[in-house]
Amino acid sequence: MIGATSAIAEHCCRLWVQRGSVELILVARNVELAGRIAADLRARGGQAEISVETLDFLSAPAIAAAVARWTAEDPVDLALIAHGVLSPQQPCQDDIEQARYSIEVNGVSPVLFAEAFAGAMSRVGRGTIGMIGSVAGDRGRRANYVYGASKALMDRYAQGLQHRFAGTGVKIVLIKPGPTDTPMTAQYKAQGRRLASVESVAQGTVDALERGTPVAYLPRKWQLIMFVVRALPDFIFNRLNI
Amino acid sequence: MRPVSSWGRLSAEPHLVAELSDIATLVSELSGKGPAIPLGMGRSYGDACLNPGGTLLSTARLDRFHSFDPETGRLVCEAGVQLRDIQRFLLPRGWSLPLIPGTQIVSVGGAIANDVHGKNHHRVGSFGHHVRTLTLVRTDGQVVDCGPGVRPDLFAATVGGIGLTGLIATAELQLQPVAGPWLDTEILSYRSLEEFLTLADDSESLWEHTVSWIDCTVGSRSRGIFLRANPAVDQSGKPPLPRRLAVPVTPPLSPFNRLTLPVFNSIYYHLNRHRSRARRRPFDTFLFPLDDIQDWNRLYGPRGFFQYQLVVPRDVGPAALRDILDIIARSGQGSFLAVIKTFGERASAGLLSFPTPGITLSLDFPNRGQNTERLFVELDAVVRSAGGRLYLAKDARMPREVFEAGYPRAPELAKFRDPGMSSGMSRRLMGQ
Repeated sequence: MIGATSAIAEHCCRLWVQRGSVELILVARNVELAGRIAADLRARGGQAEISVETLDFLSAPAIAAAVARWTAEDPVDLALIAHGVLSPQQPCQDDIEQARYSIEVNGVSPVLFAEAFAGAMSRVGRGTIGMIGSVAGDRGRRANYVYGASKALMDRYAQGLQHRFAGTGVKIVLIKPGPTDTPMTAQYKAQGRRLASVESVAQGTVDALERGTPVAYLPRKWQLIMFVVRALPDFIFNRLNI
Repeated sequence: MRPVSSWGRLSAEPHLVAELSDIATLVSELSGKGPAIPLGMGRSYGDACLNPGGTLLSTARLDRFHSFDPETGRLVCEAGVQLRDIQRFLLPRGWSLPLIPGTQIVSVGGAIANDVHGKNHHRVGSFGHHVRTLTLVRTDGQVVDCGPGVRPDLFAATVGGIGLTGLIATAELQLQPVAGPWLDTEILSYRSLEEFLTLADDSESLWEHTVSWIDCTVGSRSRGIFLRANPAVDQSGKPPLPRRLAVPVTPPLSPFNRLTLPVFNSIYYHLNRHRSRARRRPFDTFLFPLDDIQDWNRLYGPRGFFQYQLVVPRDVGPAALRDILDIIARSGQGSFLAVIKTFGERASAGLLSFPTPGITLSLDFPNRGQNTERLFVELDAVVRSAGGRLYLAKDARMPREVFEAGYPRAPELAKFRDPGMSSGMSRRLMGQ
């Protein structure tokens, strides 16, 4: 679990420990919080074996070394790459340092993790890599295009991996949640927007990972909504305040 | 600010909702937030969890387990954990909450703050009896532990204290071992209040769960369906997944009115009278049939509904209940979800706990404004003269004198209150 303190990741873990014996490595920047999540998961599932690790999420050598270590003895069945920050648009425009940070955390770092796991999984010929993208990556909007662009990077990357592993035992699953009720979206909720529950998005994620669905919009209505949003011609789209 | 309603959907006043995000930063998240009131799952029916124009401290995200000891069955968890989650994870491991109210979709914090009871009250008492310790975070930054053995006075003020002594952050609960999710259940019909009481008395020693539905449209010559259950001898087989139904929209008018209610009640009575008498059922469909119907509270229409739950002492109870059923039948404002149960003798743990030895009756009424209030005033008089009380978790309107008569220990709460906590209910019933 890369980015194990993400609300969607945490709820996925709850579903997995409920099913019985499972070994989870929680990888997080906030070790203290990850430790409490580990305690929660141990209390919920009697047969879960859970450890917590941390590393520099933006360092390619650190990522390569950690993934090599996790996959050295036993192959990893599943890697879910879930970390991210919802960086508001305005600070990214005011300070390009913020924009760089957003793109690195939300776009570059997940890709580096996925590439490291892809190497390990290609050697054993099986495994599943799940990546949590976003509907925000489907079309650039003035409200969040820096964040959206990093998610779009993940989109094209996952597409390429799927091409690479087509017909093999390695599955690449890209999850695209719509706005979900998590601490990351607290400001939307305060504005009174209706958000999908994190439990339902986690359930959809676990199901998609199990089936190896290449792209899963959650809740599913977002597949239709984003189809329309992508299809709108610029001369209409650019006049809309969405 | 956004509109917030409680389960009765009687109002949708604007509130500032503070989503408490992390147990580790609770003290700083609470400071300067007053006047505020904790909000769990919003399943109380009236204004116990509302604070119009003020702040609500939502515990929904404080939903982590801290530890569970499979040897002793002791669970430490955060206040926002839902009872359903505890059952979901720990029942397969042989442990269950000792009691659950009519819905599993309530938080641990809310279950303590309302000292909720279940259909096995006669066996296990109410929720507060199974709390070993809890941690309160107060708006002045104090963090205080209390329990039956540690600061018992503060504990008694907090159990059933509708959030007024501070925010319950974590609690240690004593679970009980169970063989599995199945119950052996029986359905019986009865044709008078006396018959109900005989059934209740006979069942209490032999049956773990007892509850009864009563037809309140026919007055004191009442009839009803008595349900009782015990843990099943045969626990084999996986219980079926619950059916998921939902009420997708609020009907413009409540379907429950003077003409339809007697019909609904009669159909329900006759359907159940002819159902097979003994049956093995999963605990959840027996104990919380309404949890399968998402948003069932919408059925009462856009004006919402009241729930009126009373308890009257056993000695004067039957006479008082006859009066109450006659008043309701005469008013034509009967209710469909009328539930009657006898409480056991065990004294409750909290100053403002609802359960007392006697008979409890709970009724739903669609909100018809003044007509409904006039009926309640009549019912209040009977409850008061019988020495009974109304359940705070359900109440949205009782006058202050009815509260003071029903809860003589209420003044003792004052010295334990968190001055930063105040709700619509506390201002209505206690002046602040």
